[in-house]
Amino acid sequence: MIKKHIKQYLPVIVFLAVSVASYFFGFKPGIIVYSSFQDFFIEMITFIPLLFILIGLFDVWVPKERIEKYIGNNSGIVGIVLVIFLAMLQAGPLYGAFPVAYVLYKKGASIRNIFIYLGAFSSLKLPMLGIEIGYLGLKFTIFRTMVSLPLFILIGFLMEKIVGKNFEVKDIKEI
Amino acid sequence: MINNMIIFGVVTAISLLASLIIDKKKTFIGLKKGVKMFLGVAPPFLSILILVSILLFFIPQEIITRYIGPDSGAFGFVIAAIVGSITLIPGIVSYPISAALIAKGASYSVIAVFMTTLIMVGVVTLPLEIRYFGKKAAISRNALNFVAALIIGICVGWLMML
Repeated sequence: MIKKHIKQYLPVIVFLAVSVASYFFGFKPGIIVYSSFQDFFIEMITFIPLLFILIGLFDVWVPKERIEKYIGNNSGIVGIVLVIFLAMLQAGPLYGAFPVAYVLYKKGASIRNIFIYLGAFSSLKLPMLGIEIGYLGLKFTIFRTMVSLPLFILIGFLMEKIVGKNFEVKDIKEI
Repeated sequence: MINNMIIFGVVTAISLLASLIIDKKKTFIGLKKGVKMFLGVAPPFLSILILVSILLFFIPQEIITRYIGPDSGAFGFVIAAIVGSITLIPGIVSYPISAALIAKGASYSVIAVFMTTLIMVGVVTLPLEIRYFGKKAAISRNALNFVAALIIGICVGWLMML
């Protein structure tokens, strides 16, 4: 257990050791690099832990499964709003969204909505938006999402046109 | 920075209080999850911060401003789009990197392109995506998102100047 933690933090431990040595020997580059790391660290520690408490609470309170139930043949605007909403509640990298896309496909979601889901998943996840606001500001975050959303919906429509009716999502566990 | 702490502090405190009042047990499960997730991301996050600190020392500000700054034009977009498409940086660490680059003179539009391609276009994960969606769909999706990223960059850059 402790060994595992030491291994995880090895780069940090080495870096701090080099930084301390830099101070003792007056090694300028080491001191400059450390001071910029310190700024990053303070910036991070002031809000990221708080955000993770929010994410944890969010996870226990938001009924993801219940929303998933309503997704399926819901076409039109309701279907689009639902997939976007579902995507906003997720966390994790895009390749983690492919298996969810398979679930949506199995449930009868349209091709359009599957790709809208992927778009919304990648850039509208609420936990990520929190971090984005913290680092890049509310203005940038709002502009980026407002511009991205219609484009991702458009991509959903275009994808439906491009891949046509023969499209299927495979569960790669079956292959 | 202080602003961040106040805003997130207030939001977290109110949510935590409301959650505690409604359901204590659920709140503790949530807190445990949050702490666990934070401890999970902390080591890679700190390592990336170290790496960025070192890189910023070696890359002078003039270079950043010249190649991905407000006057870098199409060249900055192309660099950001290619780097964003190829690299597989977790979303969470792309924010401190982006913020540092902006502080050193990168433009908001270039950063928007970088961030969008980073999350939406994945050259490295393309084989995996093909296995799920097939060749045609996977390649089309990546190509369309590459174009969308450039449009997003132009629009965001323009909006930020208003």
